[in-house]
Amino acid sequence: MARRFLILVPYLWLLALFLVPFLIVLKISLSDPEISIPPYTPTLDWREGWAGFTDFLSQLDFENFIFLTEDDLYWKAYLSSLQIAGISTVLTLLVGFPIAYGMARAAPDWRPTLLMLVILPFWTSFLIRVYSWIGILANEGYLNQFLLGIGVISDPLTILNTQTAVYIGIVYTYLPFMVLPIYSALEKMDDSLLEAGEDLGCSRLSAFWLITVPLSKAGIIAGCFLVFIPTLGEFVIPSLLGGSETLMIGKVLWEEFFNNRDWPVASAVAVILLLILIIPIILFQRNEQKQREAEGQ
Amino acid sequence: MRRFSWFNATSLTLGFAFLYLPMLILVIYSFNESRLVTVWAGFSTKWYGELLGNELFLDAAWVTLKVAVISSTIATVLGTMAAYVLVRSGRFSGRTLFSGMIYAPLVMPEVITGLSLLLLFIGIGLDRGVLTIVLAHTTFSMCFVSVVVSSRLISFDRSLEEAALDLGCTPWEAFRLVTLPIIAPAVISGWLLAFTLSLDDLVIASFTAGPSATTLPMRIWSSVRLGVSPEINALSTLLIGIVTLGVISASLVSKRNLMRQQQDEQTAARTA
Repeated sequence: MARRFLILVPYLWLLALFLVPFLIVLKISLSDPEISIPPYTPTLDWREGWAGFTDFLSQLDFENFIFLTEDDLYWKAYLSSLQIAGISTVLTLLVGFPIAYGMARAAPDWRPTLLMLVILPFWTSFLIRVYSWIGILANEGYLNQFLLGIGVISDPLTILNTQTAVYIGIVYTYLPFMVLPIYSALEKMDDSLLEAGEDLGCSRLSAFWLITVPLSKAGIIAGCFLVFIPTLGEFVIPSLLGGSETLMIGKVLWEEFFNNRDWPVASAVAVILLLILIIPIILFQRNEQKQREAEGQ
Repeated sequence: MRRFSWFNATSLTLGFAFLYLPMLILVIYSFNESRLVTVWAGFSTKWYGELLGNELFLDAAWVTLKVAVISSTIATVLGTMAAYVLVRSGRFSGRTLFSGMIYAPLVMPEVITGLSLLLLFIGIGLDRGVLTIVLAHTTFSMCFVSVVVSSRLISFDRSLEEAALDLGCTPWEAFRLVTLPIIAPAVISGWLLAFTLSLDDLVIASFTAGPSATTLPMRIWSSVRLGVSPEINALSTLLIGIVTLGVISASLVSKRNLMRQQQDEQTAARTA
C-alpha cells in the first residue's frame, strides 16, 4: 500500500506535467493554424466519443513539417544551431581542460577551494552572467576601451551582436559543466602511471597523450555532452549577444510562438529539435551507464 | 608525486580571471555615478537607492521568492519519493518510462519544456499566473532533486534500516528516524539546487507566467534587452553577494560537520 503510494504520486505528476504536455505538442504540430483562441484546429472533442476521435485523426496532417522544409529559415537555423553548438563545445573543451588539469595538479589542500571557485558562478544567475558580457563586448565597451588605450587597435572591434560574442557567452556560461567531469576523472588518475611512462622513455608530451588523455576520456565525453545538448536549444545567449546575425533554433521557436503566434509551426519546430537531440541524449546516457558500471566493479 | 608546473599555474590564473573578471566589472560599475555605464564618473550608491525604490523590481522579486520557496519544497518531497522508487522499488511495470521521465527533463531544452507546459495549461483552461509557474518549476526541479538524492541513497547502508525494522519500527518510523537523517545532506542540497534553478529560470517562466505574474528574471530580461543599465548592475551585485555568502557559509557548515563527524568516529573508536 505505502509502496504503491510512493510510486504513484511522482509517477502521476510526471505523466501529467511532462508526458501529456509532449503529446499535446505533437498533436498541435499536426494541426492547422487558425485565427482563434487557441489558434489551431482541430481540437479533440471527448464528448463526441469515437466519431469525434476519428474526425480528429482525419484532420491531422504533416503540413507544418512540409512548411519547415520549404522555408529556408528553418533548416538554416537547425544547421547553424548544430554548428554553433559543435564549435562552442570544442572551444569549451580547449579552455576547460587546462583548468581541470591545473586543479587536479594543485596541492590537495587547495583543491576544495578551487572546486568551490568553479562551482560558485554556476549558482549565480545565468542571465546576469550573460548580461555581464554586453558591457565588455560593446563597441564602446570595456574591452575596446582597454585595447584602444594600450594602442593595440586604432578602431573599435565589433564583437557584440556577432557569432563571436555567442561563442564567448557559451564558453563562459557552460565552462563549469566541462571542467567538473574532467576534473573528477583526472583527480582519480594514478600518477605513478605517468612516472612509469617516463621511466620507459616517454617524453612528457607523449605521456600526456598516451596516458592522461585516454584516462580522462569518460570525463571529456561527459563534459562535451553536457555542453552540446543544452546549447543546441539555447535561447538567452543568442538573443542577448548574437544580434540579428545569429540564427539559432531556440530563438526561432520563441519568435514563432511569441511574435508570430503560430503555435502549430512552433510545435513542429520543437518536435524536430527533439528528434535531433535524441541521438546525443542516448549516447550520453550510454556513456554515463558505462562509467557507473566501471565504478561498480 | 604531482608536479604543479608553470603551465598549470598560468592556466588556472587565466581560467579564473576569465570566470571572475566579468562579474567583478559588473560589481565595480554598479557603484558608478554616471548613467553611461561604460564611463567611470566617480563613486556613488545612488543606483541601489533607485533599485530599492523601484516597485516593479520589488514586486517581481517577491513573486520569484514565493515561487522558488513553494516549488523547491514540493519538488524536494516529490524528488525524494522518486529517488526512493528508483533506488529501492526494484522492478515494477512502467519502471523504464518512469526513469526516462526523471532523466529526460534534465537535458530537455527549456524552450520545449516551456512551450509544452503552456499548451497543457491552455488546453485544460488553467489561468496562468503564480500557480502555473510553481507547477512548471516543480516538475523540472524534482528531477534534479531525485538525481541528487538517489546518488546518496545508492551508497546508503541498508542494514541500518533493516535493524530499525527488526527492533520494531514501522517502515515510516524507520524512514523518519534512520534513513532521513542520513540522507539529509543530499535532501538539503537537492532543495538548494531546486531553489536556485527556480530563481534563475527565465525561459520556462516566460512561457508559463501569463500576463498576471512577472518574475525577477523576466523583469531583468525586459530591461537588459534595451542594453546595459546601472540599476541592473546594482541588482546583479546584490544577487552575486547573496550567492557568495550562501555558498561560503554552506561550505563552512559542511566542513564543520565533517570535522565533528570525524571527531565522533574517533571518540567511538576509543571507547569501543
